[in-house]
Amino acid sequence: MDAKQMRKNKWQTTIFLILIILITYLSSFITNFNLIESIATIPAAFSWIFSNLLITEESLQKLPQILEKLGETIFMSIAATTLAAVVSLFLAIMGSKTTKVNQTFSVIARFIASFSRNIPVVAWSLILLISFGQNSVTGFLALFVATVGFLTRAFIESVDEANQSSVEALTATGATYFHMISKAVIPQSLPQMLSWILFMIETNIRSATLVGILTGTGIGYMFDLYYKNMNYNLVALITFTIIIAVIAIELVSNKIRRVIL
Amino acid sequence: MEMVKELDPALIKRKRNGQINIKSGNKIDSVVKWTIWVLTALTILAFFFFDYTGLQLERAVTETLHNIRVMFFEPGLSHFSWGEAFYQVGVTLGLGVLATIFGAIIAFFLSLMAAENLSKPWLSNTVRVVVAFIRAVPTVLWVLIFAIAAGLGSEAAVLGMLFHSVAYLVKAFSESFEEVNPGIIEALRATGSSWWHIVINGVLPSTFTYLLSWTFLRFEINFSVAVAMGAAAGAGGIGFELFMASGFYFDLREVGFITYAILIIAIILEVISTRLKERYFPSSVKTR
Repeated sequence: MDAKQMRKNKWQTTIFLILIILITYLSSFITNFNLIESIATIPAAFSWIFSNLLITEESLQKLPQILEKLGETIFMSIAATTLAAVVSLFLAIMGSKTTKVNQTFSVIARFIASFSRNIPVVAWSLILLISFGQNSVTGFLALFVATVGFLTRAFIESVDEANQSSVEALTATGATYFHMISKAVIPQSLPQMLSWILFMIETNIRSATLVGILTGTGIGYMFDLYYKNMNYNLVALITFTIIIAVIAIELVSNKIRRVIL
Repeated sequence: MEMVKELDPALIKRKRNGQINIKSGNKIDSVVKWTIWVLTALTILAFFFFDYTGLQLERAVTETLHNIRVMFFEPGLSHFSWGEAFYQVGVTLGLGVLATIFGAIIAFFLSLMAAENLSKPWLSNTVRVVVAFIRAVPTVLWVLIFAIAAGLGSEAAVLGMLFHSVAYLVKAFSESFEEVNPGIIEALRATGSSWWHIVINGVLPSTFTYLLSWTFLRFEINFSVAVAMGAAAGAGGIGFELFMASGFYFDLREVGFITYAILIIAIILEVISTRLKERYFPSSVKTR
């Protein structure tokens, strides 16, 4: 690296940093964000959390109800993810370069995936809420649609990465298309896909809380209810149960992932 | 000796009647099979636990299809102007930018502490546990909790979104740091350079493009998070307008317009980040 190159790099870095600072400044201007004020609120926020978000004995009496809603939320995200995985598998086989039937289906599959992935889960839940009303099905469908989009993209990548030689070998023996898919493509990409499904279940439990706040279902609804009633002891308890659930599911799926990958 | 080892009865799986089981799979297959069975069972069970209050499936499905048709084929604005719409999209993008940039700065320092090759084991473990805890709390709860202390507005939203951005980026950054060629670090250490010298002259130059790409990937996520926070936590921006249009005005044309606006930005961000992934990431990290 000669001196000229180094000077050029230095210039590039400087321009880049100035650009970042400009974008940050512009963003704080448009959002009315005050950096100093927000830094000042951090200690206040934490002291508020430690003095108000306490789990009391009184709030523990509500635990069975909370656990019931938490269970509903967990079931909702597992069901949404598993069923979405089935749909995504078909879309991914249609959409992948190696296993597609023809160009038209491939484009359609990729379009459906991109469309459902890029419209945020919030928009889906608000749209569905209008006619489905306040019940688990709304949340389930919102999570389902968003998950189909995400998993299809992930599955297409897994199918594309599968080793081509086994597909070729099967084709050489005169195997049909379905034989090829079920004996060569799926067995190879299944562990990778399962890892994505587990990842999506974790993500969906967190999204389910958000969807729950918007659609009035599950643990999100409980949180919203007590948050608006300013019953912070219960808010703390609900947050705590969500943390436990998410960490437990993460540990289980990490264990499974360690074996299968 | 080899023969004896192979015939070890503990290694030969037999059926109950003593036949040698030729189909016995390995551990991976059985774990995969079990996981799929458990997930299927839980999915079936889930439908018995759902709360079906007020659900009229047939009517809901036809109505939703009608609504979706109105949304996507007749989008329009009635409660605000084009200028306002651009401004609100800008607010959402701004929230995403702020959470991403501040998150990246904090995450950079934390990930130096979390990377195993640059830090002490106890410190790296502590950071990892804290990050896992932060990740477990949904972003919307962070924002709502901060909204009480900081008041509703961009401060609470950015601070709340910051938590998850930091957690995500610490994981990504520290993994990039750990992949740095140990030879570089060793060579610098041999010259007697200090820890900061190693970071600035050894680690940073070889990971800088990764860090930037990860930061951009997080920005893509933060945009949709910012939309969600606008809708669920009153953080403003296009998400809030979406919430108002569907929840208060029941104006499907406006919902359609807003959805298109979000969709366009999201697709642009996705195209950029796919390019970044293909260009800068080796295939081993691509799938994440």
